[in-house]
Amino acid sequence: MILFQLFLSFVQIGLFSIGGGYAAIPLIQNQTVEVHRWLTQAQFMDLATIAEMTPGPIAINGATFVGLRVAGIPGAVVATFGCILPSLIIVSLLSWVYRKYRELPLLQSVLSSLRPAVVALIAAAGINMLLQIAFGGREVRSVDQVQWAGLLLFAAAFAVLRRLKWNPILVMAACGAAGLLLGLLGLF
Amino acid sequence: MERKKNRTLWTLFTSMLYISAFTFGGGFVIVTFMKRKFVDELHWLSENEMLDMTALAQSSPGPIAVNAAILVGWKTAGFAGMAAAVLGTVLPPMIILSIVSVFYQLFAENRYVALVLRGMQSGVAAVILDASVSLGLNVLKDRQGVHLAVMLAAFAATFFFRINVVWIILCAAAVGVVMAWVQRKGGVKA
Repeated sequence: MILFQLFLSFVQIGLFSIGGGYAAIPLIQNQTVEVHRWLTQAQFMDLATIAEMTPGPIAINGATFVGLRVAGIPGAVVATFGCILPSLIIVSLLSWVYRKYRELPLLQSVLSSLRPAVVALIAAAGINMLLQIAFGGREVRSVDQVQWAGLLLFAAAFAVLRRLKWNPILVMAACGAAGLLLGLLGLF
Repeated sequence: MERKKNRTLWTLFTSMLYISAFTFGGGFVIVTFMKRKFVDELHWLSENEMLDMTALAQSSPGPIAVNAAILVGWKTAGFAGMAAAVLGTVLPPMIILSIVSVFYQLFAENRYVALVLRGMQSGVAAVILDASVSLGLNVLKDRQGVHLAVMLAAFAATFFFRINVVWIILCAAAVGVVMAWVQRKGGVKA
């Protein structure tokens, strides 16, 4: 019974979170703290922090965390499956439509206008991260508050990606190691 | 033939496993890594297909990473491909989160973990902006005024005005519909 409730809750979270992780957070809070009381508000804050610090989609992290807490490993599996079920159905249908009709002039035209918009969205996500690195979370941004170590690390990573075509996962690992080293030297 | 298909499925599964285990941050991060793998390295998809899939993944319900995995999986190896890609995407966060939630207190307060994660933030931003520069240059190379205008408008809408991504995608799609209509009328060249 509890497994079925978990499943239904996460189907709703999967179905209504359009536009990625940050859309999922309030839905997870509503279902797990307010509707079902599976988590306290403090536990939910823990969940949000862990989801932020670990790789993977926030909704999947949330499903695993809540599922484990409520019903062990079966809970985690059921909640995760519920969370991705709407995607499996809707996106598979879209995939079929895309492959069948993408040669149509109308869809060609729509897709070719969508591509530059997607490029802009990716670029904006990157610039927001860069601002976060340079200024931390602060709203007021002035030159004397710039965190140079993080910015220099960014510049070095950008250079090896563009000039030397390093593998991005290698770049990420190197940045993690550099962060640790700079931190131990008291520079970060 | 059968062996070739199995190899494709295995590559799909392991690629998504690897990407999913190492990409921190939102959906755009994982899509950027997927482009590097499936477009630049394996040549399974064209750059345009990857962008189309990103738009579809972004505007559908559910996690962007899972949606993108479904699209790439179907395209490269049908239903089995979809299953392999989704499994590869979902397993790492499930395993990592299960471990971390047991050791949460230790993990959250550990200074070394915090330093590594902070360093990695710089890496993520570099990966995303590197991809943005490549993709943006390709839009410029097309020399299509409308596409350039869509790119600039979409950037302003999300970055300065914080307009919901779903609206931006709908507006860009509407521009495409209008363009198709104009072209059919045989009037202005796009």
